Amino acid sequence: MGSGTMKSAEPAVAADPDGPADPQADGLVWEYAPAPESRDVVTIEPEYGLFIDGAFSPAAAGQTFETVNPATEERLALVAEAGQADTDRAIAAARRAYERVWAPMPGRERAKYLYRIARILQERAREFAVLESLDNGKPIRESRDVDIPLAAAHFFYYAGWADKLPYAGFGQDPRPLGVAGQVIPWNFPLLMAAWKLAPALAAGNTCVLKPAETTPLTALLLAKVCQQAGLPPGVVNIITGAGETGSALVRHQDVDKIAFTGSTEVGKQIAAVVAGTTTKLTLELGGKAANIVFDDAPVEQAVEGIVNGIFFNQGHVCCAGSRLLVQESVADIVTDRLKRRLATLRLGDPLDKNTDIGAINSRQQLDKITRLSQAGDSEGAERWSPPCRLPERGFWFPPTLFTGVSQSHRIAREEIFGPVLSVLTFRTPEEAVAKANNTPYGLSAGIWTEKGSRILWVAQRLRAGVVWANTYNRFDPASPFGGYQESGYGREGGRHGLAAYLDV
Amino acid sequence: MAWPRTSMSDHAQVEHASTEQAPAERAPAAQAPAEPAGARLDVRKTYKLFIGGAFPRSESGRSYPVSAASADGDGERGDLLAFAAQGSRKDLRDAVVAARRAQPGWSGATAYNRGQVLYRVAEILEGRAAQFAAEVAVAEGLTPAKAAATVAQAIDRWVWYAGWSDKVAQVAGAANPVAGPYFNFSVPEPTGVVVTIAPPDSSLLGLVSVLAPVIVTGNAVVVIASEERPLPAVVLAEVLATSDVPPGVVNILTGRTAELAPVAAAHTDVNAIDLTGAPAADRAPLERAAAANLKRTVCADEDWDDPPGIRRMMAMLEIKTVWHPMGS
Repeated sequence: MGSGTMKSAEPAVAADPDGPADPQADGLVWEYAPAPESRDVVTIEPEYGLFIDGAFSPAAAGQTFETVNPATEERLALVAEAGQADTDRAIAAARRAYERVWAPMPGRERAKYLYRIARILQERAREFAVLESLDNGKPIRESRDVDIPLAAAHFFYYAGWADKLPYAGFGQDPRPLGVAGQVIPWNFPLLMAAWKLAPALAAGNTCVLKPAETTPLTALLLAKVCQQAGLPPGVVNIITGAGETGSALVRHQDVDKIAFTGSTEVGKQIAAVVAGTTTKLTLELGGKAANIVFDDAPVEQAVEGIVNGIFFNQGHVCCAGSRLLVQESVADIVTDRLKRRLATLRLGDPLDKNTDIGAINSRQQLDKITRLSQAGDSEGAERWSPPCRLPERGFWFPPTLFTGVSQSHRIAREEIFGPVLSVLTFRTPEEAVAKANNTPYGLSAGIWTEKGSRILWVAQRLRAGVVWANTYNRFDPASPFGGYQESGYGREGGRHGLAAYLDV
Repeated sequence: MAWPRTSMSDHAQVEHASTEQAPAERAPAAQAPAEPAGARLDVRKTYKLFIGGAFPRSESGRSYPVSAASADGDGERGDLLAFAAQGSRKDLRDAVVAARRAQPGWSGATAYNRGQVLYRVAEILEGRAAQFAAEVAVAEGLTPAKAAATVAQAIDRWVWYAGWSDKVAQVAGAANPVAGPYFNFSVPEPTGVVVTIAPPDSSLLGLVSVLAPVIVTGNAVVVIASEERPLPAVVLAEVLATSDVPPGVVNILTGRTAELAPVAAAHTDVNAIDLTGAPAADRAPLERAAAANLKRTVCADEDWDDPPGIRRMMAMLEIKTVWHPMGS
């Protein structure tokens, strides 16, 4: 299925009128004609209701909020904002469905529903991809090649577990937990919904899912897919809203399991709310991953990996390789090649198939990226961005590189969640490991070297839940994903991902 | 290391202020029964902390009286047994430092080696079974036969856990069939430094049941011993100190749970906390404090006579997934 790797622009390329305008050192400049994906494949309704008990309905209090296209700031739709009464109703529906339908259902039947959902996702993939790029701002190349195929693959993978649970290593008859409350972020809206729903449903739980307030549309389209798959009412409920809705969900007395993906700050709040209860909790939170480049790494390949590590999805990735640790002897050549490569990245219309860097998801996020980058300036790091014309409307931030970064700088410690890379250097593998581990996070890391034994030596010492060697930001439904320390606990994906939704 | 490593706790030549105050007529019941008049006077033991492989008193200089369980099992405490060290906040921090220092070496040792060391602990326990039975009998108010059975069970449990050192990765790990040219594998790794509030009632079997799963998986641990029944834990420390368990891998504090547990729960260099031994009313606030740095928390009441299962080991492991490239 999809890979997270950004394709290399074969000969060095630069600049459409809206893209980077820097002519390349080697003088090879290719113009790209616009290649927009048609948005006609998707019909966006003016208003969306909450998906509760198999049907769409407005919020009890009639509240709505708007979701905008971050590339244009145009309103895409009005979406119902779930209040306490709606949350209660969704959880009650999930409870009924759990007790009467879903938990008693044989695993092989649950499996078939999940297979159906996976198939419909594949069949409607183009629609989902366009809608995702419109609502989120990510390049269509990524939503088309990564988000949507991986979401379908996730349902396929866990569908197959539904009737094989006794063989998963959690005992002869592992039991589901009950009703799962799931709160997901805006960076991979459909994919995160799939990561949450697929294992929960396979294990026999029912779900109340809250998508992020800036990206609710693909989750609501997924609700329609659930209807089309004939999923019994109440098994999946989708309630839209902002932090208050999420808070109502995680504080609810009748939820057996909370799964949250988002910021470490909110994750800690949820852990405190759940403290002292029997509610089971898994958290997938922030990161400040080190991407370590050794002097024997093939430079061009490493540069592609660095770019993919931090500029994939505008850097809105919890596992983004936001700290580049490059061995001192090759630091100059790597940063030089990296700058040349960044100059060829094409920033602009997310629906254009040539676009590498899309829009920042929201003004709020843009402000945060801007603020932290300014901290980089004021603390003395050196900022560099390729010449890059930003569209006038929408939320945009150019690919940015900071050199001369020390470990104490905020841009080396705090999660920026944007297209901003901090470059640090090291001399020995021991120093690389020490610097990589110098963080309260521990979600992911990257290693670039030709030496297999060194990959394993370093990987063993890194305190991170996912370690990519000679690749980065690669995901697979069979591969467990999740963090150490303040990056959260629990795993998503693979056999380990089932444990989050079983009474083990 | 702040203190020289000693093999035993017996520093009898150094008089401790609080032991001087111990009424002479109350002989520690954990020792051999009082001899008839004219027989040799027994040598009493000072029960101390176990930090970084050494047996210091509390830096605070405090101690507290520990009494035997009453014979009629009414929950009241009986005769004075000893004055145990009353560990302080500073002692706890020192213990965390010792654990943090010891942890990489312990988890870096081969699984085979860790298994050997832990099996050695069981061997030493076995040799000291009678001493443990006497300690447990007075601490928990058990008959000699029941105490001996409990000790036997604790030793067997230790052996069971020791054997897991080189098997848990095979049960908890995986080779994952990803769609791409990568060897993708998941391995369990220790969470790091764990604080364990030992069960208040089961002074040895309960202690072993919460301690062994934490260290066999490569973590280092700070144990807050049962407040009312701490003496078997101190004797266990003496076993650990003479069993090739590296200094700092296990640290045992005696003292007031209500004083030490909140400090542990809020400590930001602690990765996980087992609240099983905390009073029910304290669990929620402790868990809330532990959320400040997202400590892994365990709070699982168990019947210590039941087979333990692998939950406690799994709770103190992190799963690391590595994508290793393939190519010719």
